[in-house]
Amino acid sequence: MLTLNHYLVLSAVLFSIGTAGVFLRRNLITLLLSIEIMLNAVNLTFVAVGRYLGTVDGQIIVFFVMTVAAAEAAVGLAIVIALFRHRETLNPDAFTSLRW
Amino acid sequence: MDLIVFYALGTLTVLASLLVVGQRNPMYSVLLLIASFLALAALYVQLDAPFMAVTQIIIYAGAIMVLFLFVVMLLNVPREEPDVPDPSRLFGGAGPRRLGVVLALALVAELVWALRRLGRTPFGGEIPEISSVRAIGRTLFTEHAFAFEVTSILILVALVGAIVLARKEA
Amino acid sequence: MDVALIAHASLILVVFTCLLLAAAVMVYMERKVAAAIQQRYGPYLVGPRGMLQPFADVLKLMFKEELRPKAADALLFSLAPILSAAAAFAAFAVVPFGAETTLFGLLDEPLPLGVADVNVALLVIFAITSMGIYGIVLAGWSSNSKYSLLGGLRSAAQMISYELSYGLAIAAVIMMAGSLSLREVVDAQAGYWLGFIPRWYVVPQFVGFFIFMCAGVAETNRAPFDFPEAEQELVAGYHTEYSSMSFAMFFLAEYINMVTVSAVATNLYLGGWHGPFLPVWLGWIWFLVKVFALLFFYVWMRWTLPRYRYDQLMAFGWKFLLPLSVVNLIATAAGVLYWG
Repeated sequence: MLTLNHYLVLSAVLFSIGTAGVFLRRNLITLLLSIEIMLNAVNLTFVAVGRYLGTVDGQIIVFFVMTVAAAEAAVGLAIVIALFRHRETLNPDAFTSLRW
Repeated sequence: MDLIVFYALGTLTVLASLLVVGQRNPMYSVLLLIASFLALAALYVQLDAPFMAVTQIIIYAGAIMVLFLFVVMLLNVPREEPDVPDPSRLFGGAGPRRLGVVLALALVAELVWALRRLGRTPFGGEIPEISSVRAIGRTLFTEHAFAFEVTSILILVALVGAIVLARKEA
Repeated sequence: MDVALIAHASLILVVFTCLLLAAAVMVYMERKVAAAIQQRYGPYLVGPRGMLQPFADVLKLMFKEELRPKAADALLFSLAPILSAAAAFAAFAVVPFGAETTLFGLLDEPLPLGVADVNVALLVIFAITSMGIYGIVLAGWSSNSKYSLLGGLRSAAQMISYELSYGLAIAAVIMMAGSLSLREVVDAQAGYWLGFIPRWYVVPQFVGFFIFMCAGVAETNRAPFDFPEAEQELVAGYHTEYSSMSFAMFFLAEYINMVTVSAVATNLYLGGWHGPFLPVWLGWIWFLVKVFALLFFYVWMRWTLPRYRYDQLMAFGWKFLLPLSVVNLIATAAGVLYWG
């Protein structure tokens, strides 16, 4: 019997995987991918709870989250490109000093 | 039947996400994330949200991931090499990362524990007119019209910002 | 067993087989029409008037050696043609090609002719077309050769750019029909104005039709927008390093994409399966005729028009087609508002 709990647990697991990814990975692009995993976990929560409560607002919020995620991915990748041009590496540990 | 489909799709999503985080080739990471998004789209279909499923495929799997793929290919992102342990630091410098994984595990344990206390929450049987595109459009353009317009300005700002940031120094 | 289930399953098989046959027919038609335009004979040795030539081509390709460059990424190299072909076939799954039929009374309830009847069909087609880009991009990348990479990236950038105009042209039709389901869009085009002009959307939406066909030709990487696979410039673009059946898969994918774009254009603009002189349940014959006419138009364009250079291609897509499709959308909205 499929309940809301199932979806919420799945969403929690995905969110934690994304968090672990942000901690673990030493590659800026995979860092951004982990952030996308987290955003998707949240989307799943919204759609599931929206279905449970019987409103369409869950899907509307997901619509906005997707748009914001697209904008954030674009700007984030532009920043990654600019950083790569400067330091020739994608390891976040190389960008620890506040002055070049 | 629903349960089997849910477990299959859920396992696929979790497995693909674990591999995104776990394996070292960035190209494979992007492709595995696309697989994870497709499985999530199927979960949205199971949740009676077909418009969200298709939008997920169009925007996430079809546009954002292509952007990631382009950047990975253009920057020729190398395979991540396993870290060289630094003898002067505790745990060879891997301390903060391992603590991060422990914290993530603590997060998932805490969330699952909190959700167990939620009790039985079965889905309502009938689907009101919520999932039709018409209903979504109506709500989006009446109650949330302001947010919609602001989002369009946000996208414009992101567009200009991305172009300016990634431009070569003239 | 359930008769409806058997009918549906056999319908899916028939559609799949017809798509494969359509690719074969396209190969033959391309070569014969090219020959006619260039005033020479096409293939005429294999079979009567050369009609078995496509099968000879497939046999030849099957017997060729399957090469793989040593530095190529093996998994992605094998995955790319599969992705291309799979996306091409999947997009056709939501395209209806006929009205409901009861197969001469054999079935209890009428079977709508189409593999799946989804009420967001147009968005699904758009989504699957977006997924088709990955096949090309991965092919370019995994071959580990500069011609392939350049061809793959250019092709992907071209497809993304023209997807916008494609979507906006579709949006104008959605506004006129009031539904995302292709079946309802076709049914909104039944009937006649003044008794003899069919109510096809190509009449009020001729600009939209032009935009859709241009974007469709660019999406399928066909001439005059086929710079990424131009033989003279880039060796062969993203499929340079492929041989034998992988190469055949890419070409299969390209032809099936052409068929899908023509089928969607027929359903959106040319009235789908509605036509004079035939009862509605034989409408699939009209559908075939219209799709065939659009495919002939594709082939005709390829062998008549010179190729666009890449920057001209992108400028055309972004600076001309996109603003035109936005204007088309606004004009359609005004028209729908005014005339109801």
